[in-house]
Amino acid sequence: MAKEVKVIVLRTAGTNCDAETAFAFHSCGAQVESVHINQLFQGKAHLRDYHILAVPGGFTYGDDIESGRLLANELRLRLGDHLQQFITDGKLIIGICNGFQVLVKAGLLPGPLTEEESQKDNLGQTATLVSNDSGKFEARWVHLKAGGKSIWTEGLEDIVYYPVAHAEGKFVPGNEAVLERLKQNGQVAFRYCTRGGERGVYPENPNGSADDIAGITDTTGRLLGLMPHPERHFLFRQHPFWTRLPGGGRHGQGARIFNNGVNYVEKNLL
Amino acid sequence: MIWRVEIRQRQGVFDALGEGIQKDIVDLGLAGIAKVQVALVYHLEGDLVEGDIQKICRELLADPITQEYDYSPQGALPPSCEEGESGCHIVEIAYNPGVTDPVEASVIKGIRDLGINQIQAVRTARQYRLYGMVSVEQLDVIVNKILSNKLIQHVVRRAPAPKTLSVPFKEGGFLLTHIDLIQASDKKLMQISREGQLFLNHDEMKAIRKYFKKLKRNPTDCELETIAQTWSEHCYHKTFRGNIRYRCLENGKTRTRVIRNLLKSTIVKATREVDKPWCVSVFHDNAGVIKFDEDTHVCFKVETHNHPSALEPFGGANTGVGGVIRDILGTGLGAKPICSTDVFCFAPPDMTFEQLPAGTLHPKRIMKGVVGGVRDYGNKMGIPTVNGAIVFDKGFVGNPLVYCGNVGIIPKDRVKKKVRKGDLVVVVGGRTGRDGIHGATFSSGELTEESEVVSSGAVQIGDPIQEKKMLDALLQARDKNLYTAITDCGAGGLSSAVGEMGKDRGARVDLEKVPLKYRGLRYDEIWISESQERMVLAVPPKNRQALLDIFAGENVEAAVIGEFTGEGQLKLFFQGEQVCDLDMGFLHGGLPQVTKEAYWHLPKIPRVRIPPSVDLNEKLLEVLSHYNVCSKEWVIRQYDHEVQGLSVIKPLVGVHCDGPSDASVITPRLGSTKGIAVANGINVRYGMIDPYWMAASCIDEAVRQIIAVGGSIERIAILDNFCWGSPDKPARLGGLVRAAQGCYKTAVGYQVPFISGKDSLYNEYAQCPDALPLGQGSGSRLPAKLERREKKSIAIPGTLLISAIGIIEDVTKTVTMDFKEAGNLVYCIGETHEELGGSIYWDTFGLLGHSVPKVNTKRGSEIFLSLAGAVRKGLIRSMHDCSEGGMGVAVSEMAFSGGLGVTVRLKDAVYQGEKKRSDIVLFSESNSRFIAEVEPRHQKFFERSLRGVPFALIGQVQDTPECMIYGLDQEVCVRISVDYLKQAWQKPLRW
Repeated sequence: MAKEVKVIVLRTAGTNCDAETAFAFHSCGAQVESVHINQLFQGKAHLRDYHILAVPGGFTYGDDIESGRLLANELRLRLGDHLQQFITDGKLIIGICNGFQVLVKAGLLPGPLTEEESQKDNLGQTATLVSNDSGKFEARWVHLKAGGKSIWTEGLEDIVYYPVAHAEGKFVPGNEAVLERLKQNGQVAFRYCTRGGERGVYPENPNGSADDIAGITDTTGRLLGLMPHPERHFLFRQHPFWTRLPGGGRHGQGARIFNNGVNYVEKNLL
Repeated sequence: MIWRVEIRQRQGVFDALGEGIQKDIVDLGLAGIAKVQVALVYHLEGDLVEGDIQKICRELLADPITQEYDYSPQGALPPSCEEGESGCHIVEIAYNPGVTDPVEASVIKGIRDLGINQIQAVRTARQYRLYGMVSVEQLDVIVNKILSNKLIQHVVRRAPAPKTLSVPFKEGGFLLTHIDLIQASDKKLMQISREGQLFLNHDEMKAIRKYFKKLKRNPTDCELETIAQTWSEHCYHKTFRGNIRYRCLENGKTRTRVIRNLLKSTIVKATREVDKPWCVSVFHDNAGVIKFDEDTHVCFKVETHNHPSALEPFGGANTGVGGVIRDILGTGLGAKPICSTDVFCFAPPDMTFEQLPAGTLHPKRIMKGVVGGVRDYGNKMGIPTVNGAIVFDKGFVGNPLVYCGNVGIIPKDRVKKKVRKGDLVVVVGGRTGRDGIHGATFSSGELTEESEVVSSGAVQIGDPIQEKKMLDALLQARDKNLYTAITDCGAGGLSSAVGEMGKDRGARVDLEKVPLKYRGLRYDEIWISESQERMVLAVPPKNRQALLDIFAGENVEAAVIGEFTGEGQLKLFFQGEQVCDLDMGFLHGGLPQVTKEAYWHLPKIPRVRIPPSVDLNEKLLEVLSHYNVCSKEWVIRQYDHEVQGLSVIKPLVGVHCDGPSDASVITPRLGSTKGIAVANGINVRYGMIDPYWMAASCIDEAVRQIIAVGGSIERIAILDNFCWGSPDKPARLGGLVRAAQGCYKTAVGYQVPFISGKDSLYNEYAQCPDALPLGQGSGSRLPAKLERREKKSIAIPGTLLISAIGIIEDVTKTVTMDFKEAGNLVYCIGETHEELGGSIYWDTFGLLGHSVPKVNTKRGSEIFLSLAGAVRKGLIRSMHDCSEGGMGVAVSEMAFSGGLGVTVRLKDAVYQGEKKRSDIVLFSESNSRFIAEVEPRHQKFFERSLRGVPFALIGQVQDTPECMIYGLDQEVCVRISVDYLKQAWQKPLRW
């Protein structure tokens, strides 16, 4: 029996990008299950049975108190050990939009930034995502410069075009040192930029993120979190002006990310 | 013990919320406030020690990077202004008791997650620190106009701290109340109706008295309420289903005819005559259902939520969206919502406070609140808001209109529902509180200054996450076939839902089994409460446990509260005592038929005198900057229009994603190429001239927008949605009849069926003529008792929204409206007539005009069919319909959306008018017209495919980013850079 890449798309109250995230992984050949967090709590499903954990976008628990906080606490307090094991096993995690907010607030991203920190047990939160400078929810397409070194972003075009749709996407590092480490370690996976790849202002940087940061990884590059939605540019016709472009095949610029995840598991974890 | 926690931004962290409020204050014309800081306040009740509070603050309530916290034990009060630093005013705003704040449940959950289980109750508040110099009166204005809405919130005063946070309630014994009806005089009957907020008229009250006389007993309060709910205009649509004596003055002659059931004789009749085989379920379910593909149907519904939005814009629009989503969830055995469309009518946002009638909110505040409410619900539910429209007219100053539409998909074997004898009545979703008592009857009356006092219970805030959880659970239960019928709790609450589902069988409900938000609700309150996010299922007893398990798995409450009996009676019990026993036959069939008077004649409108020469450069810019034409990007971007990943043509298109798309196209199945297009047609100014042609134009507009993206007239269905003034006034009702007749003729002409509809009447605002406008001084509230006879009523302009849904066979062939390439040919398809009546162009002169655009459905159909053929063959690169602002606006929008220039020769357009004036050709709003861009190599094929249809090659797309228009005299009459055009179009609503 051929082994299959297994993806868990984690769901709870207010998750709402689970279907398209599942669709993306499924289209790349993975076996995907959307699982309510209650199932993990009750032991009816187990993280250990999967290779990739996807925390999709949405408004978990209504973004009450602050975005991602409640689910982050659930992961940290009720599934912490299982998650640590999952990471130690060399498996992959991706958090998109609300999923990114959750991973950051659970302290999983950017994760330990130094050797020293990686020895520590309870690192806590070292960065955060807060209200956009515009003070409002905004849906718009943004250009992103891919960088860093992560299995997720390998082979991605230099500049990709994904939509953002959030009210709390401004990336704020805990302090200057954290930002410097992120850069030195190659943990900055995506930066907002202009169409030509230059540094931009609003609305190119749609939320006022420090250093235009749109997505980061942990030091291993196996954990990725980003505010933009690659699953919403998985298909060519999700592009906002595909009618202006020469016929571009079936897939869009977001597909690569999901493919990378599935390929990595096939090569390294099966 | 109660702890008070305050969370605020750390020094140096940007406070986006505070910044936004500061801007709003400046917008009010108060320049004195330089800075605003916002702190979140939580009151936590429970057996909590200081260590618990620290942990709660550190790990839950405060962001460790950007926020800091303060806490204090019981007794501490919010600091007052006097105690604040100089030049700092502190205002704290909290929700009124009984108003649901969804955050509270989340906070309790979060605290329990931390292992602190002693938490009992949470209340939240917001503290605003306003820095700057303002007077006490100005501060009051800020509090009332920006920071709070007294219907749901209050300013926290310095008062002794409460002993408990729970809602106060009287633990009274149960007391069944009877209303003395059978002895009541006719005069007394009306007093009962008024005082009970029943909004029942004299004949109706008499019919009820007769029914109970026969039973030889008096009704309980609960029975009377149930009848009032069921018979309300909102639920029963008495006007559309009743008799109307319609008099119409045409060509000097008055003709009279009696219309029996306006709905059946116009809207429904059209559908029957058109008789499309792909109509699956029309007019009898929550939404209209049409075939989509082999396995699936799509359903579409548009609702209004006008009255609540007038009083509390955020909450009103919020619950409006929630309501229409439940309509879709309650269609058949439950459809999955896939997109929303929302249309609003407001007064112009630049009206001054002095121009507003007393008791109304400023249109800008209403608009911000309504958009916020739609954003909050739609985005959190994960349902993309893909399309919409906003109409501005002073007539909406007292009654804004909020239309909320939703589309769903449903497996084709899940369309039929039937309650069976013995099925359990199960209520799922949110808990029941005192929210929205009397919503259905309230929306069937006029608004007055007193409305905000009397009807405060009618306003509420939604909880989209509750509804999302319910959706997640429901679709699982549907797919496992666990229930036989479903309906939503909307207006009228359980009373309507159970009453409707049990119509044929009868039902018995034990009201004490309904899960409550707080103790102390009376039996009748439980029955008629309009608490949001609830639905009722009919569940065969054998499926009971399986169903409860699914809901528990998603953390949604589900409670068995009774059964469908088969006795044909509606029986309610509270703690074993019977509180209601009504015959379903009387409840649903006992409403006396009334005959209403209607009268219509063409209004007298002053003749239009056209200025002899006009600078068309200036006029084009002015038309583009008109509120009804300009960009709505500020609104659209706040909606997540791409969640679910289904969108193929988005609301904003073009090279910079900022052009105005005609219809939106989505693929209900992710990854497939079969799609649907959604569009709306609305134009109130045409209706001021003749509602008949308004209706025709709205249908034409909705349909042609779908044609513009590549749809086919043969697969379009439409929805009607009438918002009108009081139907008890013959002139208003006359216009309504005329509009309904226009609907019938045009729908049959185009062979497009109506599949669902809605009406919201009594959109009038009664005011005292010499009342003080709001905004002068502090809380200028009028005495609660106003003399009725002194009131003057402002009605909205009769407004018809036509929403269209079209099936798109192959989305890869769809077309957007932005010009694609220089050198391509520009065509105008359709005839331009001298039809400027109600146009934007006349409005820029302050004129209305007579010559309202008409519709020739035979000609229109030919155009639509030819263009669909050209799209199928891939001959069209871009296409846009001509609507408000005519050809001038259409061509400008296509140019700046594509970042390209254009030359146009008006002389070449097909023009039928007598007056040879360039401005008429440029700005006439004749129907069934399109601008299309075609590559030169396709010229011959394209022209051949339009054989028999009026069209003309009028220009060319240019590299030079300039819009150059040659007038009828062949001289340049417009020459403006496209950037400049775009700025004019974007500026008005770029907030």
